Amino acid sequence: MNQKKIILEIKDLCGGIEGKDILNGVNLKVYEGEIHALMGRNGSGKSTLSKMIAGHPEYTITSGEIIFRNKDLTQLDPEERSNIGVFLGFQYPIEIPGVKNIDFLRVAVNERRKILQKSELDTFEFEEWIEEKLKIVKMDKDFLERGVNEGFSGGEKKRNEILQMALLEPEVSILDETDSGLDIDALRIVAAGINKLHSNESATILITHYQRLLNEIKPDFVHIMKNGEIIKTGGKELAIELEQKGYETFQNPFNESKE
Amino acid sequence: MTKNSTVSKVLEKEYKYGFLTQIESEKIPKGINEDIIRLISKKKKEPEFLLDFRLKAYKQWKMMDEPKWADLNYPDIDYQDIIYYSAPKGIEKKKSLDEVDPEILETFDKLGIPLNEQKRLSNVAVDAVFDSVSIATTFKEKLAEDGVIFCSISEAVEEYPDLVKQYLGKVVPINDNFFAALNSAVFSDGSFVYIPKGVECPMELSSYFRINSGDTGQFERTLIIAEERSSVSYLEGCTAPMFDTNTLHAAVVELIALDDASIKYSTVQNWYAGDKNGVGGIYNFVTKRGQCKGKRSKISWSQVETGSSITWKYPSCILQGEDSTGEFYSVALTNNKQIADTGTKMIHIGKNTKSTIISKGISAGHSKNTYRGKVHIGSKAIGAKNYSQCDSLLIGDDAEANTYPYLHSKQIKSNIEHEASTSKISEDQLFYLRSRGISNEEAISMMVSGFCRDVFNELPMEFASEADSLLGLKLEGTVG
Repeated sequence: MNQKKIILEIKDLCGGIEGKDILNGVNLKVYEGEIHALMGRNGSGKSTLSKMIAGHPEYTITSGEIIFRNKDLTQLDPEERSNIGVFLGFQYPIEIPGVKNIDFLRVAVNERRKILQKSELDTFEFEEWIEEKLKIVKMDKDFLERGVNEGFSGGEKKRNEILQMALLEPEVSILDETDSGLDIDALRIVAAGINKLHSNESATILITHYQRLLNEIKPDFVHIMKNGEIIKTGGKELAIELEQKGYETFQNPFNESKE
Repeated sequence: MTKNSTVSKVLEKEYKYGFLTQIESEKIPKGINEDIIRLISKKKKEPEFLLDFRLKAYKQWKMMDEPKWADLNYPDIDYQDIIYYSAPKGIEKKKSLDEVDPEILETFDKLGIPLNEQKRLSNVAVDAVFDSVSIATTFKEKLAEDGVIFCSISEAVEEYPDLVKQYLGKVVPINDNFFAALNSAVFSDGSFVYIPKGVECPMELSSYFRINSGDTGQFERTLIIAEERSSVSYLEGCTAPMFDTNTLHAAVVELIALDDASIKYSTVQNWYAGDKNGVGGIYNFVTKRGQCKGKRSKISWSQVETGSSITWKYPSCILQGEDSTGEFYSVALTNNKQIADTGTKMIHIGKNTKSTIISKGISAGHSKNTYRGKVHIGSKAIGAKNYSQCDSLLIGDDAEANTYPYLHSKQIKSNIEHEASTSKISEDQLFYLRSRGISNEEAISMMVSGFCRDVFNELPMEFASEADSLLGLKLEGTVG
């Protein structure tokens, strides 16, 4: 068997928003073919980490590194990060009224295809191509004619995120609470989609509060975040333990005094 | 990066029509008085009735006050410090395009309005106006085959004085408002269109207005008459060089549609808007009005207003004929310190008259964008209907958007619907699009285009994409 290659490495990442420190030295290595689950209480820094990886301009990195395929991501604009294969599934997908979903998706796909040195898809080619992808998330074609996320229900928004993931074929996907606000049927559809899109060449990071998503998608690693750090890493069983005992039990072994 | 910097970076733009053509022009002395008006009239070899028209207008104007209700906040204009007539030297003698100063032809080439036979757009006839005079009108002969008259208003005064006399000042009376009165006194040139009975104008007509002199006001006058069962689509475009002083532009446009006639009038206004700090730019005070005189007639205004430091403009429809229709579709984009106060008036007089108003205002920078509109339903307008929709889009935190709809109805059997919304391009929306590989600039363009789609759909095909790219250009930092 070939040795697995590293896709994403986060080293001692510190920083925050509006002068407030949120991350206090996050370390994470993600290899090809892996699924990681990132768990933790609200405010522990999970979403901040995802936004820093995607390059949200309001977040400032004070120190540390984010390396994607040997490239320093922190030097790239958000659009460049997406184009080279980094995907963030939003916890709260944004509505863009007036911009037709299909137009938006086609522009996004063609930007990615430029980097992959594939030919641009015209309107007709794109319509044909997207049909297969719609099946992955069981979405109706009508969604494509509406404004981006405009008036979508919570579940529809999340499925639209996974549709984008399917279209952009990223190498690393960070899915921020994709399971929140979903009923059990929608959760299954979304989880099945994520499983289908996962491959040996790509990696997935699931940010979640709940064990139930991890029943559908089996993570290789579970990390617990607290106070802007990953304080414990384990296998799937860690999530079960967490569900039973709650976050209180888990302390940073190096930082007990803080609590 | 701070919250605003990404947005404002994108909004920095260069005005690509800001060049000045070096040309000798003939100007009359500064200021306005009866002698100046007589001099303009004499220069244009006008008949008596027109001189009378001008002098009457001047008398009215002197008694009128500049309107201040629009809250535009500009320093007083010194009307004695403006030159009211400026023409490229020797222009009066030119009969054919070959004789026109190549500098001027090149200017229009540069503006993307080639006047030379070989380079022209094949389906658009153009009247090109440079400062106070019309330089050339293309496809005149071809249009004449169908009886369509398309020429400068000066030429119309000479060739078709009866038509001019019959219609000039009938839709916008000389004392209508301060700026209309001023225009009536000193108007220099503009376009004239006459579509005979039953004729569907075979091509798009357009006028292109270029202000070149810094100290000259432009006062153009446009008159379009559509006889019974005729139709025409007309487009005007406007640009000016960059000066650090303000130039006054006060135009009057009158449209008349008789029974079953339809006029579609589209404007892409891109006068120089002044710099980032609001220095320089055109003061655009325009009166545009159409009269749906005939039964089942239709007048449709569409406008894309992106230029001028101040825009004060309310293209209106008087819906007099039974079953006549008025439409107003507007996109107004303001940036930096620009001020736009624009909208429409729909005056329902006849039975079963209908009007539609769709207004999209986009404000960025420290600009102020106001929709001001009036829907009036008269006591005899049984069955009249109006639908209005006014949407504002804010970009950044310092721009202002206002909506002032005035609705009056004197007829109980009528129906007025009004919808309004204000939204904002947020940093989160931008980040969302960017995180899908779409650049900042493209993301803003996409959102602005999406916001304007309802209006762009109403523009003539040839110009819809032009308008789209014009907005893109206004919002892009890299394209110059």
